[in-house]
Amino acid sequence: MVAEPPKTTPLTETCRALGGRMIDFAGWLLPVQFSSVLEEHQAVRTAAGLFDVSHMGEIEVRGPGALALVQRLTCNDAGQIPSGRAQYSVLTNDTGGVVDDVIVYRRGAAELLLVVNASNTAKDLAWIRDHADREVEVTDVSARWALLALQGPRASEILADLAATPPAALRPFAFAETTVAGVPGVVARTGYTGEDGFEIFCRPEAAADLFGRLIETGRSRGLRPCGLGSRDTLRLEAAMRLYGNDMDETTTLIEAGLESIVRFEKGEFIGRDALLRQRAAGPARRLVGFEMIDAGIARHGYRVMIDSVAAGTVTSGSPGPTVKKNIGLVYLPAVHAQTGSAIAVEIRGREARASVVPTPFYKRAR
Amino acid sequence: MSKGDGIYPDDLKYTREHEWLAVHGSVGTIGLTHYAQSELGDIVYVEMPVVGSPVVAGEDCGTVESVKAVSEIFAPASGEILEVNGTLTASPEIINKDPYGEGWLVKVKLADLKEAAGLMSAAEYRKYIEEESN
Repeated sequence: MVAEPPKTTPLTETCRALGGRMIDFAGWLLPVQFSSVLEEHQAVRTAAGLFDVSHMGEIEVRGPGALALVQRLTCNDAGQIPSGRAQYSVLTNDTGGVVDDVIVYRRGAAELLLVVNASNTAKDLAWIRDHADREVEVTDVSARWALLALQGPRASEILADLAATPPAALRPFAFAETTVAGVPGVVARTGYTGEDGFEIFCRPEAAADLFGRLIETGRSRGLRPCGLGSRDTLRLEAAMRLYGNDMDETTTLIEAGLESIVRFEKGEFIGRDALLRQRAAGPARRLVGFEMIDAGIARHGYRVMIDSVAAGTVTSGSPGPTVKKNIGLVYLPAVHAQTGSAIAVEIRGREARASVVPTPFYKRAR
Repeated sequence: MSKGDGIYPDDLKYTREHEWLAVHGSVGTIGLTHYAQSELGDIVYVEMPVVGSPVVAGEDCGTVESVKAVSEIFAPASGEILEVNGTLTASPEIINKDPYGEGWLVKVKLADLKEAAGLMSAAEYRKYIEEESN
């Protein structure tokens, strides 16, 4: 198979000009870091960071049957989202596994927008269309939107200087159509870092200007452009699952520890029966967080041992720059999936001790 | 700035795996080049051989890890480990700050002084990374 050249986003050149080290990430040319992963991580925890996340997919579901379709395809209760609010949810399959994790934006009962993982956009589109009837129009609108994530404790005050709508008026998961630096778009109080922050949707042709204005306005408050490297360490400290690593079609929502977003009481949805059965019987394995006791960094794919017997595989692992521990996630047999369980991670042929700990590893002060 | 613009001292020898070797009598000091530390990014962990253990030219003798990547250290020359830079255990970021000075990795009693002659000079190494990054 000949590798396709990676796709660019409306901000690829902007990121390169700012010193971004560009890599091919799931078929997209994106910055892994600008100056330093650790400095960018720290900026988001203490001040603010700006990410290009335009590779994310956007799928519009419109028509009289839009809400009913989303209700049938997802585990959370989209019926409970007021217009102008968003919700974290999962597209489930028959076995209660994860087709994708998504954010559902409700613009109205007849118009919902799903923000999906870049690498899953085509799959999700086909999946949603396969289940749609004539009452619904399902459209991939990814190319119509650039997406910027402004994250960190000072994100709100930076955005306040430029947005026509005061960002403080937005509650978590609320969104509003507004203009930022004169650029029309949608501002949502969402993110993937464990900090307060905003995601800003705008037209691709305006994205470079908006990115530049935000950097300029935020610089004196410690805002830095940030890459995928810090995005990953930030989300892992917050124990936010990464699709394809921490969950996929073969892991159920209960195993992945996402039961809190499963609304059985809302009625029928794909995978509901399987999830009810698993909830009653108890899952055989659970995703848990661990921290290293011995020196060494657990990485995705490393084997996890209990009493020298293979018990699981690290799904995500890295240093946690804020928690100052080496951390990770792993599916363990349910009997061992308790806080305090002693495990070992196989690192270059040696067993390094680790311990199961509660997640998230990091929780911001409110 | 192109990737070859880092500083590559003329009195060192260089490997294709981006280590440097300084030879003083029969003792060789080994470290990572400016290019290596820059490509890795923030170095957060170093695993080194124990004093007295043998190393073989071209074979791995340790590991450095940045936040995102794991990279082997390949011995530029054969011999026996005389000393490891213990400071790096607590402060591996020194490799990023001072790769040719405080950030040295290990000292080796060289088994064969002729081996170093087969490594690249600074000029050759600079050319090599220019080509590798294009």
